[in-house]
Amino acid sequence: MAEKTTVDLGLIAPVLEEYKDTPGSLIAILQKTQATYGYLPEEAIYHIAEVTGTAPATIYGVATFYAQFRLEPVGKHLIMLCQGTACHVNGAELISAAITDELGIDDGETTEDGLFSMEHVACLGCCSLSPVMMINGKTYSTLTPDKCRKVLREIAKEEGGADA
Amino acid sequence: MKLVVGEGSCGLAAGAGAVYDRLAALLNESNPTGAVLDITGCNGMCFLEPIVDLYDDEGTLHRYVKVTEKDADDIYAAVSANDLSSLDRLGITPDDAHFLEAQTRVALRDCGIINPENIDDYIARDGYKAIEKILKTGMTQDDVIEQIDISGLRGRGGAGFSTAFKWRAAKNSEGDEKYLICNADEGDPGAFMDRAVIEGDPHNLIEGMLIGAYAIGASTAIVYVRAEYPLAIVRLEKAIKDATARGYLGDNILGSDFSCVLRIKAGAGAFVCGEETALIESLEGKRGMPRLKPPFPAQSGYWFKPSNINNVETYANVPWIINNGGAAFAAMGTEQSKGTKVFALSGKIKRGGLVEIPMGTTLRDVIFDIGGGIRNDKEFKAVQLGGPSGGCVPKEKLDTVIDYAELGKTGAIMGSGGMVVMDESTCMVSMAKFFLDFTAKESCGKCVHCRLGTKRMLEVLDRIVKGQGEEGDIEKLEELCYAIKDGALCGLGQTAPNPVLTTIRYFRDEFEAHIKEQRCPAGECRDLITYSINKDKCVGCSACARQCPANAITGELKSPFEIDADLCVKCGNCITACRFGAVEVH
Repeated sequence: MAEKTTVDLGLIAPVLEEYKDTPGSLIAILQKTQATYGYLPEEAIYHIAEVTGTAPATIYGVATFYAQFRLEPVGKHLIMLCQGTACHVNGAELISAAITDELGIDDGETTEDGLFSMEHVACLGCCSLSPVMMINGKTYSTLTPDKCRKVLREIAKEEGGADA
Repeated sequence: MKLVVGEGSCGLAAGAGAVYDRLAALLNESNPTGAVLDITGCNGMCFLEPIVDLYDDEGTLHRYVKVTEKDADDIYAAVSANDLSSLDRLGITPDDAHFLEAQTRVALRDCGIINPENIDDYIARDGYKAIEKILKTGMTQDDVIEQIDISGLRGRGGAGFSTAFKWRAAKNSEGDEKYLICNADEGDPGAFMDRAVIEGDPHNLIEGMLIGAYAIGASTAIVYVRAEYPLAIVRLEKAIKDATARGYLGDNILGSDFSCVLRIKAGAGAFVCGEETALIESLEGKRGMPRLKPPFPAQSGYWFKPSNINNVETYANVPWIINNGGAAFAAMGTEQSKGTKVFALSGKIKRGGLVEIPMGTTLRDVIFDIGGGIRNDKEFKAVQLGGPSGGCVPKEKLDTVIDYAELGKTGAIMGSGGMVVMDESTCMVSMAKFFLDFTAKESCGKCVHCRLGTKRMLEVLDRIVKGQGEEGDIEKLEELCYAIKDGALCGLGQTAPNPVLTTIRYFRDEFEAHIKEQRCPAGECRDLITYSINKDKCVGCSACARQCPANAITGELKSPFEIDADLCVKCGNCITACRFGAVEVH
């Protein structure tokens, strides 16, 4: 992935101030850290370890245990493709293949231009509208490979102007 | 007149937000009849979203379904003209209306009726009456537990343990500090009733938890919600704030000496955290690895204090039980399974959504009467109950009644209520693999049998769906299944083999077709199928060729097209594109 960048650790100072003395708040700290940077930078993990007096290995253990946490930055548009049972029955695999074909990325990967990332996620709970994917908080339902490609092209087109 | 837009997650996914915005903009400009616009949670009819409920001046409900932004203009015009006759085309059909009429709602009683963001709506429907009854009539902790005991309420999250038993154990545990926890980590893929309750009726959950907290003697209640449910978290946060402002939460509730605070903890995405001891570990900020039981959470739970954990649906029944009496709840259902249960009906079903019915109803009634049967009138094949811990129930067992023990006999479980319907085009081997893939990923890794066993099973299943199965694979799978069941500490591992065992039990022939003949009878496994175009049906319109991402389809206009099997990526675009059913799968 991208080269190691330096992150501004000051950004999470208020979070650490709020939680550092409350036992059991490591997950909340990591959630807020990720909300700040978009992922959990290695430097931030060491910093949290130092401030809270937790071993970096413990933090890494928690960060890798939960699906929500990422150790790498993600693309601008995160495609969360639902892998629930209903979506599976209604063809989520074909949608995943369409995304891979369209963007050249697999589950957990990011496009070279940093525009899209795809993540297979647990059930989004919109089972009756399956298959579904969520991009930037918006849910796209009853997808077909074709409909999915159109959505992606639409987003890419909107971005095209800004990038050019 | 009052217009109510269904804004649950499903409704919003289907476009309810745009409908609401459009109506709001139009009414804001000019509102000659003084119509009121409001929102509500999911009423469970996901297949008809977005839904707009219109209450006319007599209070009669007119339900408009699959409303588009453009339809919103028509609704606005009709409302403004005070003449609804032009909206008949959007009205719900009697067939579809049957979906709701056939249900009995206890846990979901307010969902789709009240505005979940308005505490007065909840109070107007007897909200907070149950906690008031308890505190003002001097019901003791034992009195409350007694009513729950009479009701026969069992956990709605999966294991189906007696709620009164758990409450009594937590109440009787020694300890100065106790915790009441709600498991809202609805992780079963295919279940979404807990989301609907929190999004559609958050105060009902709060009241149910308050009653539980009172019964066990807890002054702190915690809701552990999945991070995947952002809307649920927002609505619950608001509900907690409003309930606190009204004195239903906090110190000396309703002037009594009972005090209780409620807070939310957002999960971070781990299926195993649905297991109560893993959930407690996660609440404490650790990896969600199950603890050895005993001690049970009732003796030593959150921060090693006595704790009680139930799921959302369980708590959602509690206020109703206190208001109506345990006996009224027990009057519904079967000998061993009382009350109602919510199911999330989805998959290849005509009418998918949330279904709450009394225990004792048959699977056939739920799927064919309420759900309307199979989409596109295909053949019913199986229904998956209980998600990754459950199993597939075949056609022969459709008359099984919904009851913890009866469902258990089929090899499936009641579980949290996911009900995913499959038709002839669903491959059961692929289905088994799907669940194993899920549990293998979600296994926390603590127990060797679960960690490695599910992985080995997945490898075997992966070979089978690729046509590389070997003689003896089925037996190997079965052996692994029993070893994992015996060797795992928690419910995740103990039940992980269920989807595989039930599919082998009922669909062994499909496994054999994959292994011995390298054939997928359902035509789903991509390595075992080929696409071709039926020359007699193809009219040469080129619709398929234009949709083919691999340029594998060629031909002259107005004469039959052909698929190059070497280039074909089996994406299925051509099947969707063809209006003549000419693309065939072998």
